[in-house]
Amino acid sequence: MSRIVNKTELVPNIHEMLVEAPQIAAKALPGQFVVVMADETGERVPLTIADFDRDQGTITLILMVVGTSSRKLARLRAGDAFHALLGPLGHPSEIEDYGSIIMVAGGVGTAPIYPIARALRDKGNRVITIQGARNRDLLFWRDRMAAVSDEHIITTDDGSAGRKGLVTEPLRERLAADNGKTIGCVYAIGPTIMMKCCSDTTRPFDVRTIVSLNTIMVDGTGMCGGCRVEIGGETRFTCVDGPEFDGHLVNWSTMMARQRIYHTSEQCSLTRYLDEVSTS
Amino acid sequence: MSAVNRQQRTPMPEQDPATRARNFEEVPLGYTPEQAQQEAARCLNCKKRECVAGCPVEVDIPAFVHLIAESEFAAAARKIKETNALPAVCGRVCPQESQCESKCVLGKKWEPLAIGRLERFAADYERMNNLVELPEKQPPNGKKVAIIGAGPSGLTVAGDLILLGYGVTIFEAFHRPGGVLMYGIPEFRLPKAIVESEVDYLRQLGVRIELNQVIGRSITIDELTEDLGFDAVFVGVGAGLPYFLGIEGEQLGGVYAANEYLTRTNLMRAYRFPEYDTPIVKGRTVCVLGGGNVAMDAARTARRLGAEHVYIVYRRSKAELPARAEEVHHAEEEGIIFKLLAAPLAFEGNGDGMVQRMRCQEMELGEPDDSGRRRPVPKAGCEFTIETDLVIVAIGGGANPLLTKSTPGMELNRRGYIVADDAGKTSKPRVWAGGDIVTGSATVIEAMGAGRRAARAIHECLSG
Ligand SMILES: Cc1cc2nc3c(=O)[nH]c(=O)nc-3n(C[C@H](O)[C@H](O)[C@H](O)COP(=O)(O)OP(=O)(O)OC[C@H]3O[C@@H](n4cnc5c(N)ncnc54)[C@H](O)[C@@H]3O)c2cc1C
Ligand code: SF4
Ligand code: FES
Repeated sequence: MSRIVNKTELVPNIHEMLVEAPQIAAKALPGQFVVVMADETGERVPLTIADFDRDQGTITLILMVVGTSSRKLARLRAGDAFHALLGPLGHPSEIEDYGSIIMVAGGVGTAPIYPIARALRDKGNRVITIQGARNRDLLFWRDRMAAVSDEHIITTDDGSAGRKGLVTEPLRERLAADNGKTIGCVYAIGPTIMMKCCSDTTRPFDVRTIVSLNTIMVDGTGMCGGCRVEIGGETRFTCVDGPEFDGHLVNWSTMMARQRIYHTSEQCSLTRYLDEVSTS
Repeated sequence: MSAVNRQQRTPMPEQDPATRARNFEEVPLGYTPEQAQQEAARCLNCKKRECVAGCPVEVDIPAFVHLIAESEFAAAARKIKETNALPAVCGRVCPQESQCESKCVLGKKWEPLAIGRLERFAADYERMNNLVELPEKQPPNGKKVAIIGAGPSGLTVAGDLILLGYGVTIFEAFHRPGGVLMYGIPEFRLPKAIVESEVDYLRQLGVRIELNQVIGRSITIDELTEDLGFDAVFVGVGAGLPYFLGIEGEQLGGVYAANEYLTRTNLMRAYRFPEYDTPIVKGRTVCVLGGGNVAMDAARTARRLGAEHVYIVYRRSKAELPARAEEVHHAEEEGIIFKLLAAPLAFEGNGDGMVQRMRCQEMELGEPDDSGRRRPVPKAGCEFTIETDLVIVAIGGGANPLLTKSTPGMELNRRGYIVADDAGKTSKPRVWAGGDIVTGSATVIEAMGAGRRAARAIHECLSG
């Protein structure tokens, strides 16, 4: 259990892991996540369940390398097991028929967006996907996204693939052109700043906007309060009340400040880890 | 041996306050055999055993104390274990001053017998000299019991039922068993090696422990009984939902719920960062809000992580502090400052989203409230501010709904706790519950007592 079956580097610093976890695979629904630990001294890290196969008893996790913890996880190879893996955690996405829906995926946000888009399409929605990355080399799962989209728009910051610019531009255009009000909902998942910008973009159009927050977590079960966010003026716990929230109600400035709490510690930890790895 | 000193307790050696305020090693060092015997000799061996009545699990105190006096240390430990499965833990964390020791006859005139210290001595002696023996188990009876939560209540149920021949599996959400003993109570008060050895003992007896299992998410209670073949379920998931104050600035960095602060340090070992990967905010001037054991643990932890000034900010006066007397005493010795009759109003941040200052209201004591304690009321016009870079909110908590919400047919009270009778029986067939998830935040020994009663009831039900 919790053994890694296969691992591939999709694009530089983004890894896909296929993990044997029959119990989690049996229960997982789009929108949920797991908590993993690389080893005994590791942190508890939340990762979205990017896909699941109930028959094979596997789940797919996408990992972006940032600091010590993600680097440690990325060092695990096929055949290795996590020190801890628990889930599925969080509320599943509400899969409703909205008519048309826009799915905005920024960077690694493609991982959580994919199973939600697939479920929404199965439900009968017309799915318009906007998939963005900094450049062409950082885009992954284009084929998978295309397969679950009725329309698939790509943007890159430098124009090396698809349209040059930010995901918010096609988003605004689509909503502006939607005079018949067929677009019932927008999903935006990716870096926090992107989710904020998407929420700002959709606000004037008064369209329901769902974001999936990636706060710092410890237990993932509602016991520590470390993942708290302010939603519509009230304190909510991302791990049990979320991770999806109404993007128009999120207090983005406190959310972003909370993500920076351990910035200095993380630098210190990373320097030490890189030293250790280079001498080992 | 010298003449018996009935007046005063034998002191227990401790790490010096200045040294220990900078390390995470245990504060009291424990009795030597000689000191334990000297203390045991004070016992009057009363006919009317008041102390026993004061213990929630009725440890046969005079008997084990007598065995210590006779140098039968391992036998003393076994005597305690007849009714208390975790004596090394209880000797360290029970509020003896309001339980057994408060009833001790010596205490009427002099200092009561140091029952907790003796309990700890006997258990430590047995463990450290490898004298722990596995008791006889009854032959397997073919029935299976699932226990949810590896805290003191769940561990007690497991220990009792495994001896009666049941197949016992504990499901625990965290990656280490022990509940609050592991993630809440700090190393300097309860070394984790002791919790681990108690859990190992259960494993040796045949208890299976499945870690990283959040029941309600990965498996439901109905699946345990219907699909996985468990004949009964015990729910001992603790209370585990932290309360916040609902005041301005609570989202700021450097404002923690005590649960998070303590989990980072104890379970994730943030005090050994960066050797361990989990970081923690280290404050220079720390404010801990609340007056219970949790607040004392948080304050003393902050001190050990290098804080220069640590304040306990509490709404009532010293007499109302709910913490164990020993914790308050140790905190004071370590230089923790008590800001009593003060309540927080708001937190203010620096430009970077980290807490910088706390505004407070001075309070005074008014009429008694429902709990019989005098209610703190704001003193008009008296506000003050404290410059602070770390705030730990330790004002208690409520029932975590994660499991209960996924369990149809189990009655909850208005505050979300599970309704159970004295034996732990819930309204759901084949499901028992006990510990903090029934009573609200209480004590280790009460959780163990509830576990013991539930084990008995489960046995009666399944063997009847
Ligand atoms: C910091 C602190 C200090 C304390 N100090 C003292 C003291 O000095 N003396 C004293 O007597 N008492 C003290 N207490 C109180 C005491 O620890 C508790 O009353 C006692 O631990 C309750 O035991 P329990 O078995 O009910 O639950 P807990 O100890 O809370 O254990 C519950 C376990 O269940 C697990 N769990 C929760 N949900 C699930 C789920 N859905 N699936 C699987 N597992 C789950 C949790 O991870 C946990 O391991 C303290 C508490 C704290 C927080
Ligand atoms: S278990 Fe606690 S209350 Fe009972 S005798 Fe021991 S120390 Fe006293
Ligand atoms: S991660 Fe601890 S409460 Fe959400």
